[in-house]
Amino acid sequence: MSDQPYEIVIGLEVHVQLRTRTKLFCRCSTEFGQPANTQTCPVCTGQPGSLPVMNRDAFQLSMKTALALNCQIPEFTRWDRKQYYYPDLPKGYQISQYDLPMSCDGWLEICETQGESSEKRIGIIRAHLEEDAGKSMHDEASGRADSRIDLNRTGTPLLEIVSEPDLRSAAEARAYLDELKLLLQYLDVSDCNMQEGSLRVDANVNLHLDEPSGLIATPIVEIKNLNSFRAVERALEYESRRQYEVWLEQGVKKGDIPKQTRGWDDQLEVTRAQRHKEESSDYRYFPDPDLVPVVVTPDEVERVRRSVGELPAALRSRLQAEYGVSEYDANVIVNQGRDFVAYFVEVADASGDAKRTSNWIQQEILRRMNELQISIRQFPVDAVDLASLIQAIATGQLDSSRGRDVFGRMFEQGEAVTDAMQSLGIVNVDEGSLRSLCEDLLAENPRVVAEVKEGKEKAVGALIGQAKRLNPNVNPSEVRAVCLELISQQ
Amino acid sequence: MSLSLADVQKVAMLARLQLSDADLERMTSQLGQIVDYVNQLAELDTENVSPLSHAGELVNVFADDNPRPSLTRAEVLSGAPKQDEECYRVPAVLGE
Repeated sequence: MSDQPYEIVIGLEVHVQLRTRTKLFCRCSTEFGQPANTQTCPVCTGQPGSLPVMNRDAFQLSMKTALALNCQIPEFTRWDRKQYYYPDLPKGYQISQYDLPMSCDGWLEICETQGESSEKRIGIIRAHLEEDAGKSMHDEASGRADSRIDLNRTGTPLLEIVSEPDLRSAAEARAYLDELKLLLQYLDVSDCNMQEGSLRVDANVNLHLDEPSGLIATPIVEIKNLNSFRAVERALEYESRRQYEVWLEQGVKKGDIPKQTRGWDDQLEVTRAQRHKEESSDYRYFPDPDLVPVVVTPDEVERVRRSVGELPAALRSRLQAEYGVSEYDANVIVNQGRDFVAYFVEVADASGDAKRTSNWIQQEILRRMNELQISIRQFPVDAVDLASLIQAIATGQLDSSRGRDVFGRMFEQGEAVTDAMQSLGIVNVDEGSLRSLCEDLLAENPRVVAEVKEGKEKAVGALIGQAKRLNPNVNPSEVRAVCLELISQQ
Repeated sequence: MSLSLADVQKVAMLARLQLSDADLERMTSQLGQIVDYVNQLAELDTENVSPLSHAGELVNVFADDNPRPSLTRAEVLSGAPKQDEECYRVPAVLGE
């Protein structure tokens, strides 16, 4: 990074579709994937005389998200009309928020783990609640010079989250998006499905160059059409290189030309110029006379704040502090979502062995969840049963490899630990038979005994495999201990 | 006159209205008169008057998040100048 002759400056605008059953200003369903134009009414198609009424849940979900992003919630907020002409916008204006958004001045902490992991606070300028537009599809196949418009999505509630230009690399932008998405999933305010358009990202980017004449900024470019987080990363990498080349060729600075909009082409991996963005005054914002303002009391803010619950950053710290898991492990567990964390906590508490629990759920549990594409809620081994298995291993009743066999049985047959052990013929080897087994082994392996006596304790490892063959139920560490004890007594 | 021809041209462009030169001139004069009329409000002393967001005094009007039936597709498309029984059809939207 540091060998680049420039610094990349990135701010992201994320549009999140809120998880409501109905639209923001009418009671048409928001269900995805329904036949075109079957979810519209006079309000969302902008018929004369219709009146919008705010969806209470949409406002509550917005406030919950804003509070989780450490935003201020102003006491007074209102909605404005943003006017522009586009066929997918039937009213000729979008109901959005302009100078009095419902939240502002927050931050999100991200952890960028490239090289040294370091925490960084990314400012949130504002998060405001607005309505979505419809969908336009250009009908090339028919050869007709028409576009087709589906207004099902028109009026769906969107929360627009605008970051400060605090991000300094494509990797940081990715880390911000990953953390934001995880946060939204923990809050359960959106399904965050990018394919269905529930989460959309626009990126604003330019370069700062340290020239002999002083600090120079290149013109800001807004990149649209970013269909995945991967696309965001690649587009930012491409765009920063492009801006540097253009700077070298043309020397155009920020302020010399209006802000540009470029679209990302995912196939060719380039950004391409789009129409010039209209100046914001061209949107002729004014307060929507059809909607009344919203006044929020401090009591209500506190009530919603209490519903936020424990968030990823706090959980990561708690898992490290209370359960002694590493930062890396805490990340893996927390990134799997709230249910997975709850499962970990339940197993760790019940088994009393957090370290072993952490290893088990990251290896056996995650592997099988991924193989079967199931969630932790659908996982066949419940937390209590896994805890008894881990206890059995922790107390030496089972060794790890037999433990995995038992787990396989629990997973596949749905058996509890004791039943699974019985099915596999695993019984505890009593001390007497363990001793006599070890004595036999030592008698048959005088070379091993000799080597151990010369100080090579490792040599005893050769006996463990033999012991397991004679009796698969013996515990390797016990075999080792008993053999060493017997040799020292010889 | 408070409005220039260029102002009206710009507003016409933003509203996607194509106006002839004669229309533009007439609009500039008529719109100008309206703006001048409203501008009389600027003569009032508003020193101690706080800004108003809404003419009414209501706040916090919400509806519950319960779906209600939408219009049928046939109904909603019936007013469209051009449609194909599934979608509205409009002049090509390109350049996006």
